[in-house]
Amino acid sequence: MSNFEKLKDELKDRLIKAQSSQEVDIVRTEIFGKNGLINSEFKKLGSLSPEEKKKVASKINITKQELTKLFNDKAVKLAEAEINEQVKKEKDDVTLPEKDFRIGKIHPVSQVIDEISSIFSEIGFSVEEGPDVENEYYNFTALNTPENHPAKDMHDTFYIEENMKTLLRTHTSPVQVRTMLKGKPPFKIIAPGRTYRSDSDQTHTPMFHQLEGLHIDKNINMGHLKGCLNYFIKEFFEVDKIKMRFRPSHFPFTEPSAEVDIGYRVENNKIVIGEGDRWLEILGCGMVHPNVLKNSKVDPNKFQGFAFGIGIDRLAMLKYGINDLRSFFECDYRWLNYYGFDPLNVPTNYRGLSK
Amino acid sequence: MKFTKDWLKDHLKTNKTEAQIIEKLNNIGLEVEKAEPFKNELSDFVIAKIIKAEKHPNADRLKLCHVDIGENELVKVVCGGPNAKDNLLTIYAPPGSVIPKNNMKLEVSKIRGETSYGMLCSESELNLSKESEGIIELNQNYKTKIGKSYFNSNSGNVIELSITPNRPDCLGIRGIARDLSAGGFGKLIDNKNVKIKKHGKQTLKVKIEKGKFQACTIFGSCLIKNIKNQESPEWLKTRILSLGLRPISAVVDITNYVMFDLNRPLHAYDVDKINKGIIVRNSKKGESFKALDNKEYKLDDGMCVISDHQGVLGLGGIIGGTRSGTELNTKNVLLESAYFDPEITRKTAKKLELNSDAKFRFERGIDPNSVTIGLEKAAEMIVKICGGEVSKLDIQSTKKIEIKKILFDPTIATKTIGIQIKINDIIRILKDLGFQIKKKSKALIVEVPSWRPDISGQIDLVEEIIRIKGFDKIQSFEPEKKRFKPTLNFFQRNFHLAQRSVASKGYLETITWSFTDEKINNSFRENVEEVKIVNPISSDLNVLRSSLYPNLIYFLKKNIDRGFENQSLFEIGPSFIGKRPGDQITVVCGIRKEHQIDIYDIKKDVVQTLVELGIDKNETKINVNTPSYYHPGKSGSIITKNYPKLLANFGKIHPKIIDNTYGFEIFLENLVKYKSQNKKDKPTITFSDYQKSDRDFAFVVQKDFQAQELIDIISNVDKLMIKNVKIFDVYEGENIPKDKKSIALKVTIQSDFKTLTEKDLNEISQKIISNVEEKASAKLRS
Repeated sequence: MSNFEKLKDELKDRLIKAQSSQEVDIVRTEIFGKNGLINSEFKKLGSLSPEEKKKVASKINITKQELTKLFNDKAVKLAEAEINEQVKKEKDDVTLPEKDFRIGKIHPVSQVIDEISSIFSEIGFSVEEGPDVENEYYNFTALNTPENHPAKDMHDTFYIEENMKTLLRTHTSPVQVRTMLKGKPPFKIIAPGRTYRSDSDQTHTPMFHQLEGLHIDKNINMGHLKGCLNYFIKEFFEVDKIKMRFRPSHFPFTEPSAEVDIGYRVENNKIVIGEGDRWLEILGCGMVHPNVLKNSKVDPNKFQGFAFGIGIDRLAMLKYGINDLRSFFECDYRWLNYYGFDPLNVPTNYRGLSK
Repeated sequence: MKFTKDWLKDHLKTNKTEAQIIEKLNNIGLEVEKAEPFKNELSDFVIAKIIKAEKHPNADRLKLCHVDIGENELVKVVCGGPNAKDNLLTIYAPPGSVIPKNNMKLEVSKIRGETSYGMLCSESELNLSKESEGIIELNQNYKTKIGKSYFNSNSGNVIELSITPNRPDCLGIRGIARDLSAGGFGKLIDNKNVKIKKHGKQTLKVKIEKGKFQACTIFGSCLIKNIKNQESPEWLKTRILSLGLRPISAVVDITNYVMFDLNRPLHAYDVDKINKGIIVRNSKKGESFKALDNKEYKLDDGMCVISDHQGVLGLGGIIGGTRSGTELNTKNVLLESAYFDPEITRKTAKKLELNSDAKFRFERGIDPNSVTIGLEKAAEMIVKICGGEVSKLDIQSTKKIEIKKILFDPTIATKTIGIQIKINDIIRILKDLGFQIKKKSKALIVEVPSWRPDISGQIDLVEEIIRIKGFDKIQSFEPEKKRFKPTLNFFQRNFHLAQRSVASKGYLETITWSFTDEKINNSFRENVEEVKIVNPISSDLNVLRSSLYPNLIYFLKKNIDRGFENQSLFEIGPSFIGKRPGDQITVVCGIRKEHQIDIYDIKKDVVQTLVELGIDKNETKINVNTPSYYHPGKSGSIITKNYPKLLANFGKIHPKIIDNTYGFEIFLENLVKYKSQNKKDKPTITFSDYQKSDRDFAFVVQKDFQAQELIDIISNVDKLMIKNVKIFDVYEGENIPKDKKSIALKVTIQSDFKTLTEKDLNEISQKIISNVEEKASAKLRS
């Protein structure tokens, strides 16, 4: 065995036995370094005959390949072992709390408006809006509520001007008139927004939210009204079945008029919608009065349809088990965090309304 | 409107139960608010039995009674009545009740060392008679009623209806009976023809003064002479109590009774107190009178008054006066049954802030044809109870009663309701409700009964038909899932996005009032018009807000008081800039309070929100002029470079308003307008594959020099090759002159066409340095 072979075997042996990357490094220099095994052997080639040169060179190359492979394998193995060793030493208490994440919330009223819009979007309604400050004409007169009519007593109005001609809208119904005046039938709209009545107690706040609905076309009748509301209530409460009752009522701007009750029962102090034998009033509706259509430049002999008005805050309370209406507007940090919605939780038709 | 089933049966022959009646009333549009045993100040007085009456240990004339009041345990009552004895049935007044005789409220008290829980009553204490010797002794019939209220032991529930303003006819029990009858709940009993003997003419002269604004068009009256006014009999008292009224005297109780029975308000005058005759006229400014509510009213011009030759007796259709009121010793009575115009009556009452059962009815519209029957029914009852002689009726009227007729096309019913209703059904329903009907080929001529002022057109008849037929008969149609228009318009889409964008940055959405405190609002109003509320709910919510800050800051402080130091709140909603409809803008307003926060935190929030809303940062610039409610040195506004629009303000709120709090306002209309005017397609992007190089510079500039300008100068050196300029340090202090600062920045240089050589890079660097030094009077920091 040549000296080269001997040295090679010896280095191979050391490489295999090496325990740390430092040891491997030393062996690597002895093999592949400037004066290492391989290079010194190549240097010797100069003194050989061409034929021998070829033979020896090929031998060195084979050895080089062999050792390179051996070296690489060993390096990988050692590195792995060292990482494993290091990982073993690293240990964090993962039960320590996570770092704070700043996430905001969407107010339940905004969330519910988005839910309702999503539901009505599916059946072709679009969203309209109107001003918070209204003329007496749009808020009352155009809606078939003449001056000095007792029906006005049901609306405790905030006035902006002493002559009572400008006021804060008491309902979203003026949007009906404004929408019809600026367009041509058919109309199929909902109008959510702030409304105001001079009333403040356990169950009333001076500002609250309503949603107006209006569908005017050539042959829209009370059957369509019933179907529309039935669809809406079912979708909103995300139940398969709903018990609904239409009670005749009176609103100057609809005729016939009705109030709608939904059936519920109480279970563990919580309201369960859709079953049971108790009734809860949730909205007012009716066929738009011909006078309102006339005031809105729509021919009542050609067009007819329905309108409805829903208390948004009340719906939010029912769906999300919130007891106190006043808490909606008190901005309590804890309340906002608890009842608010994740901004990524956008109600949509295809994903569904709630998480 | 309250009634009892017992009373209803005077008008309706029915075998339905109370529960069935309640359900039916709801189904035909007469909403039942509640049904409960009637309660008033007298309900507390219960029938009781003395189980044992012992001598009071410390008083000879008192007794200590152990009384059964229908509860589990007996109560101890100290009693001074000499007749108190074992097994006596009497009336017990619990602590808390008010003794009618002296309006004294009972309390648990110690009498000579013995605690007494309540009192046993004498007849005089309950105003039942003058008898004050001893406590009431009830007969054995009351044996089974121990614990029950003495005063309403024999009436059923009081049913309370919430009558909508269009149905004055149902403010009388007869009207309710008529509706129930039409709904198939029994037969309406005919109004008996009242037969009372009438003696002579009504001799008191009545005159209605004519005038354009005369509210009174009919004034019917009769005299009843030589009566003996007295307390009402028990049955009448019970009915008056069930209405929630207080029995006063037979004459007054009877006028009230007829008002609730037939919806026919009446008024009774003591004729002997009337000076010569009755004149119905409009008031003159300054006249005054004392009304039956014991208040003095000063009248304006043009209010309808009933007067005599001396002055005002009462306000027509609203309230009578004390001067001519009846009393127990009244001998001769004038009964009034009149018609007053709804609108004028309402106006007058509103001006005087006066409410009464009569006014409530007249402003809704009383049946003008009920004048006679009202007089006759009341006269008959008075004669029956108080005796006396009735005169002939005197009916003055200045206007013929109109009969409304509607030409009705029955197909409208089907068209509106969606189901077929047979013509015979339609006719039956309308007839049962009192309409007169004649057929005219395919249409109907419908005559509206005089008690239904609300019916004026065909659609009103449709409502009558379907409400009696039943809303449950309407067949429901599934909605069509077709959309013609996008659900949200461009503005609404941005609103929605802005709301969720801000919330995603750690802000809690709030909804606060649109109104606020004038004093706080003034700090935020700048030069915008103040919008006051004429009748605010409270003096600290008396103006419409000119900014969203006042309420947000108010509630932020409240949360700090609750112990939450770090918080971020926002609201998106209206801010008002004027009094007219539409004088409002939509603002997204956020506030942030944290221990470690500076202007760049709030700027990051607002800029990122704008970016998410689709605003290109490079198209905006920062202005340092901000409203006075911001810290002048720590705030800025963001405006667009082209067609300048104010998109947002941000910064520290002025410390005189609140300490260490930052906020921003985004003006949504401006933003949306800018976006729609600057819509552009996103260009196709190309990436340069040539090597990019970063070069760092530090310039020493004047302290008040704006970083924004430095970035602009550098970017403009070579718009193609300079891809980015990023400031990474601003330094003031050692080695820098006092009035200067050093800004360090990294410039990214890259060509789209070649790899830049060292020479190219040096050229650009030199250009940057010379440009900055020249335009910003800066020095490169070595």
